[in-house]
Amino acid sequence: MDGPADANLFSGYDPDGYFCELEAASRRSDYGARVRARLTSMDLERLRQRAADAERELYNFGITFTVYSQKDAIDRILPFDVIPRILTAGDWDVIERGVKQRVAALNAFLWDVYHDQKALKDGIVPAELVLGNANYRKEMQGLDVPGGTYVHINGTDLVRDGEGGFQVLEDNARTPSGVSYVVENRHLMQRAFPDLMAGVGIKPVSNYGGKLHDALIEIAPAEVPSPQVVLLSPGTYNSAYFEHIFLAREMGVPLVEGRDLEVDARDRVFMRTIDGLKRVDVIYRRINDDFLDPEVFNKDSMLGTPGLMRAYAKGNVSLANAVGTGVADDKAVYAYLPRLIGYYLSEEPILRNVETHICRESAALSYTLEHLEELVVKPVGEAGGYGITVGPRASEEELEICREQLLADPANYISQPMIRLSVCPTLTDRGIEPRHVDLRPFAVTGRSTWVLPGGLTRVALRRGSLIVNSSQGGGSKDTWVLEG
Amino acid sequence: MTGLLSRYAEAIYWLARYVERSENTARVLDVNETFSRDSQGGQNWASIVALYADAEDFDERYGEATAETVLRFYLLDDQHPGSILSAVRAARENARTLRPLISTEMWVNLNTFFNRMRALRDEDIAEERVARLLAWIKESCQAHTGITEGTFYRDEGWYFYEMGRAIERADQTTRLLDVKYHLLLPSVAAVGSPLDLSQWNAVLRSAAGYHAFRRIHPSGMTVARVADFLLFNRRFPRSVAACVDEVNERLTTLRSRYGLKGGSAALERLDEVRAVLDNEPVERVLAQGLHEFLDWIQLQMSDVGWLIGRDFFGYQAAEPPVLTAAQSQG
Repeated sequence: MDGPADANLFSGYDPDGYFCELEAASRRSDYGARVRARLTSMDLERLRQRAADAERELYNFGITFTVYSQKDAIDRILPFDVIPRILTAGDWDVIERGVKQRVAALNAFLWDVYHDQKALKDGIVPAELVLGNANYRKEMQGLDVPGGTYVHINGTDLVRDGEGGFQVLEDNARTPSGVSYVVENRHLMQRAFPDLMAGVGIKPVSNYGGKLHDALIEIAPAEVPSPQVVLLSPGTYNSAYFEHIFLAREMGVPLVEGRDLEVDARDRVFMRTIDGLKRVDVIYRRINDDFLDPEVFNKDSMLGTPGLMRAYAKGNVSLANAVGTGVADDKAVYAYLPRLIGYYLSEEPILRNVETHICRESAALSYTLEHLEELVVKPVGEAGGYGITVGPRASEEELEICREQLLADPANYISQPMIRLSVCPTLTDRGIEPRHVDLRPFAVTGRSTWVLPGGLTRVALRRGSLIVNSSQGGGSKDTWVLEG
Repeated sequence: MTGLLSRYAEAIYWLARYVERSENTARVLDVNETFSRDSQGGQNWASIVALYADAEDFDERYGEATAETVLRFYLLDDQHPGSILSAVRAARENARTLRPLISTEMWVNLNTFFNRMRALRDEDIAEERVARLLAWIKESCQAHTGITEGTFYRDEGWYFYEMGRAIERADQTTRLLDVKYHLLLPSVAAVGSPLDLSQWNAVLRSAAGYHAFRRIHPSGMTVARVADFLLFNRRFPRSVAACVDEVNERLTTLRSRYGLKGGSAALERLDEVRAVLDNEPVERVLAQGLHEFLDWIQLQMSDVGWLIGRDFFGYQAAEPPVLTAAQSQG
């Protein structure tokens, strides 16, 4: 082991009453206890040195996202914390079953929305919330997608409360990103900390690409003997381009841009190769609906391919995810998911929602205004952690601004109680300190659903911060699902 | 049937060209740095600017051509597309596009190379350090070439890589010869003088050809022999003839192995160039003007590149090549 025998990495560590992931895992699992003991005996300065080496490696590997300023494009790495987040086999069992159930409900809901709309007629979800949603795509009405699957790749954002219970914060059913970090973080840990992992049973994550490719083959148009899959990216300027590269490589499929594709008069999709046109059968697209086809959606889009929707509607090409899934992962529709699970699956939700007040409803608006200083208020249309007011941490002035915004456009907001998010020991300038974390497991669905063991653990690196998004000072950790 | 996207083929071709260009720009600067220590001194730096036809851009931004300004312009100037920094950046951007195809080691090497180039400051190109810097750049480019040779999967993309590298190398060897011949036009009396010979010596060394040259010419050095060696000696891998043969061989194999329709016009043009390289005695080249001959070679290789682009990358026929992110002519 590193360091002198009396060194203790955690001697100053205090989770301050929050649920600590590492403490819990070490109590509940022998593997967890072993990892904790190894960490305890490490020397802080050596750990810093190893962490710095690991970060440099990420930079040289170009495992980066791109931030654009007015003058320059800057490649940043997602800050990486070397202390892993550990989930026990018992934790994982709940998450895996819960995520599968949620994906099943999302797909059933989307099929219903784009066919008979029974849930709307039965008043389970307000019809205007769905049909008036900016992400509802009328072009999808009546269109049958292969296997009834709309959401092939889903990311479910989970948090853990003060008692260690998992709750769903939101669904990401359009083009969820982050899975490349899950796999690369693991590879990095295997290179940098083999001593920490030796003899610990950890579920592998390196087969994600294979599982994704299998699922994409399963959704190919019928009667194609060996379907050509491609990954459609907005291109090198997209902040998630590294992930697009990663996925194309893992699957061994071409990474194409809209300009590499064309749709012929018979509504078939081709890619431009050095020997002319070659047929394309399945597209894993990392482009939003609006930019997919300028004939149908955003007319000015240079990223998509004219005619793609014609080919899609004819069943000549399959898209993952399907067009129009944004209506299901809307922050307002989210509040109805527990009821939709009961409605379509006749099951109780395995993973609870965070209690949510939908401010478009007058009772919920009054409640939110009365309890503003206790609640977290979120705009429904924003991503990346922008526009959030955390009541208990907000100044009088910030609360007043929030109140004005709520009154001006109540339908744009939801509110939730502040969750006492769980923490993980994290390497900081002041030594090892607790930092809040969340978890995004990734589910892949072709004919059936598979969940990548673990997922992306995002960590709020600023002391006391609850916002884990990379744009707001968040980083990531390797996530270990223990075999026992 | 091939699955290589046109856009990727283009990016691979330009990736190879940019790295080769970086290496050769370092060679040209290196040979000039050696020249500039001789009695003709400071006159020589303007010749680099003329060699690359950059006078307009250079004069506007720098004015006088000194060791300092020219080295800065060709090494570190990120506004200048012909600088090594810009070429390495372009190579790295193409590599970024190509990451689904190239090996991780190729990418890490280029990414690290670019990060180090980007970190260079003016003090790193000071006179006492520049020779070492140029040697490091050459080595970095060669490391890339070696890693590519050792790790790049040999499918269609490989052939585009090899063609790009050979076309660029042929072009650059003509420029290296031109540094000496066109720009330091010796007076009749100076031909064969110790200074003249030491300069030919430097040209050969910067092309890494001195020792090979000595193996076939154990003593003596004449313009004709050096030009003959760098133009026509097929056993020397940087000679124009060796590079042209390589392009021809790669394109022929690519077409037959993958049953491709394109490339015949480029092959026809290569045949014409090879016929000249086979039959033209060096004495006649020198008599009719080495510079003019070098110019002609450069034009032919530019056309070959354009014809390859038309047939495989989708460059529009009957138009000059459009400069895209993948390419810019240095």
